[in-house]
Amino acid sequence: MATPSVPIPNRVEGAIDQTPPQRFAGTYLEKVHDWVVTVDHKKIGIMYICYALLFLLVGGVEALMIRTQLFFPNNHFVSPFVFDRLFTMHGTTMVFLVGMPILFGFGNYLVPLMIGARDMAFPRLNAFSFWISAFAGLMLYFSFIGGNGLAGTGTAPDIAWFAYQPLGERAFSPGHSTDYWALALIANGIGSIGTAINILATVFCMRCKGMTLFRMPLLPWLYAAVSGMVLVAISPLTACQAMLVIDRYLGGHFFDTQAGGSAILWAHFFWIFGHPEVYILVLPAFAFANEIIPVFSRKAIFGYPAMVAATVGIAFISLGVWAHHMFTIGMTSFGNAFFTLSTMLVAIPTGIKVFNWLATIWGGRVRFETPMLFSIGFLFQFVVAGLTGIMLSVSPWNWQLHNSYFVVAHFHYVLVGAIVFMIFAAIYYWYPKMTGRMLDEKLGKWHFWLMLIGFHLTFDVMHVPGVLGMPRQIYTYEADRGWAVWNQIISLGGFIQAIAIAILVYNLVHSYFKGKEAGPDPWDAWTLEWATHSPPPAYNFPVDPVVASRRPLWDMKHPEDPDSAFE
Amino acid sequence: MSTQERAGTVPLEYIEHPEQWHLPSRGYVAMSSLIVAESAIFTIFVVAYLYYLGRDVSGPTPRQVLDVPIFNTVCLLSSSFFIYLAEHAIGHGRMGAFKLWWAVTFVLGLIFLIGTGVEWHTLIVHDHLTIATNLFGTTFYSLVGLHASHVVIGLLMLLITLILALTGKLNATHSERVKVLALYWHFVDAVWVVVFTVVYLVGR
Repeated sequence: MATPSVPIPNRVEGAIDQTPPQRFAGTYLEKVHDWVVTVDHKKIGIMYICYALLFLLVGGVEALMIRTQLFFPNNHFVSPFVFDRLFTMHGTTMVFLVGMPILFGFGNYLVPLMIGARDMAFPRLNAFSFWISAFAGLMLYFSFIGGNGLAGTGTAPDIAWFAYQPLGERAFSPGHSTDYWALALIANGIGSIGTAINILATVFCMRCKGMTLFRMPLLPWLYAAVSGMVLVAISPLTACQAMLVIDRYLGGHFFDTQAGGSAILWAHFFWIFGHPEVYILVLPAFAFANEIIPVFSRKAIFGYPAMVAATVGIAFISLGVWAHHMFTIGMTSFGNAFFTLSTMLVAIPTGIKVFNWLATIWGGRVRFETPMLFSIGFLFQFVVAGLTGIMLSVSPWNWQLHNSYFVVAHFHYVLVGAIVFMIFAAIYYWYPKMTGRMLDEKLGKWHFWLMLIGFHLTFDVMHVPGVLGMPRQIYTYEADRGWAVWNQIISLGGFIQAIAIAILVYNLVHSYFKGKEAGPDPWDAWTLEWATHSPPPAYNFPVDPVVASRRPLWDMKHPEDPDSAFE
Repeated sequence: MSTQERAGTVPLEYIEHPEQWHLPSRGYVAMSSLIVAESAIFTIFVVAYLYYLGRDVSGPTPRQVLDVPIFNTVCLLSSSFFIYLAEHAIGHGRMGAFKLWWAVTFVLGLIFLIGTGVEWHTLIVHDHLTIATNLFGTTFYSLVGLHASHVVIGLLMLLITLILALTGKLNATHSERVKVLALYWHFVDAVWVVVFTVVYLVGR
């Protein structure tokens, strides 16, 4: 932004870089070397995102293979053994190799920029966290060819993503597939905890002058909450994977039911991780909505303190709901009642958030560009996902539908309908900042509408076979069950979503070379990342910015009516 | 009122006193975060230990083989006091006292580790209790071993710091980093209070 159109109040001026952006000059090999050894939070963030998008395609292909297998009754597209591996790897990939890295990627990229810092608190820890996570992903996928080898019996893990024990014990899972799974999740967990520590230290210790906690944009706030949850939720996963490895390698008996070990304890330990994990994935999606919805509604976020309070509330409540995954295991009626009520309690802070987003849109001059379209899709779908969540939290209802396709439909409604939609919104919103070029708007609209149609075909319809009694993770089904037509619609929707993703991939590549120049602030936004170049220089801001309100760029563009006068 | 006039009346003071802009030390925040994460890991192992108490299908049981390691415990817990003295010393620039108290901390930690080693040796050779013997063996070696591995890491870092101090590469300007490291050592000691209570008092 060489010549801003509005006069700049004296102290924000430092945030604007007057030097022209410089391109990295060097040979191809030097560029690769530069990316491998980088400790720059922006490059690491982009590597996280690219890594996650790559695995999104891999996990998506696995989903398509599952859907092809289930297209017809008594189908034999893949063998039952391959089918088990497919849904195990699909779940593990989407949660650990897509969801976590893409959210950490955006966090890495955006948190320092939004709080006016030049990098994360610990740049080298940041690089370590990324590379160990990348190593974990490669190790997990090496299981396809490693272990007992291409000619051997053991290939990819086949114990489902929650790996109920004792099926993962040496006696029931010979070979090395489960070892790859457990070790990959331990390595990935170390990376996640490293990044979480880094984000917390960045948010609390690296804010620019004037940015008190309550002047911080909501995205860093939510990432701080997510990081706190990662610390207390991923650690139990690491601990129970370590127990599994002790069982498998040292002959321990943690989950060895023959020697008194408990299968139920594994379920508790896993879901103590597993349920907060859902909120770890969804809070960053909320964070994107908190930034995108106000900018495209041309209004400041409604109820900022309530949003912060609701976020912290969700983070706390989510730690006390895990056993709603275990109603059918058989708990006491006190246990059932407790976890039903605590689960329903989550609806209160999430409801506050939904109403605040609606109130933000209300009366605004809404611009229906692609990021906003995805955000509106997210809002609607998240409400539906929440409603089926309330239904499933009621333990008698849960006994009826547990492990059915109704549950699969519910959590995919959250994971795809809310999280993936907001990730797409975030990609369209911040791609110009990351690359300096706009994504093609026309392709973006195609992507949105195809994704929306495909999503609703698949996941609305998926509730029906669940109610009709179709269990999850089954390899095939009999023709006379009446599930065939529903499965065909579900699979059809899956293929439409695949086309939508293909358009996104084309758009990402095409726009990188041919896209319209974005300039520093294409959306007329208000947070600090839009004050610097697109893409930002390695040092982010030539002079440390000083802020006086939650929307420093609004103050800069509207010195006659700054937020700082009202907050 | 025109825009220009309003701009003049609106206070554009971005911060009252920029020189008072203080943020917490990132070392403390990061180490505290790590401690929260580690506490969660220890909690899971402690829960497993308590849950599996008395569920063994074969012996030996804790009461048959475990002795309460009082000397070890006194050594480890008192090391927290000596590392506090060391922190205090480097905070006031007294490097001689710092080296002394730091070395005492290291030695006490080492005694604890050797004590654990002796205990394990007796258990394995004399009592034939290994990690694969029964549930008690599995949970005992995992929990105590998890703590011992933290002691090992702590001792390594104490040793590196000691070597840097003895070679003169460490001075009073590093006192904050030393205090962050000491925070980890305090955590290792505090966890031992829990492990000691669970394994040797409640579980025996």
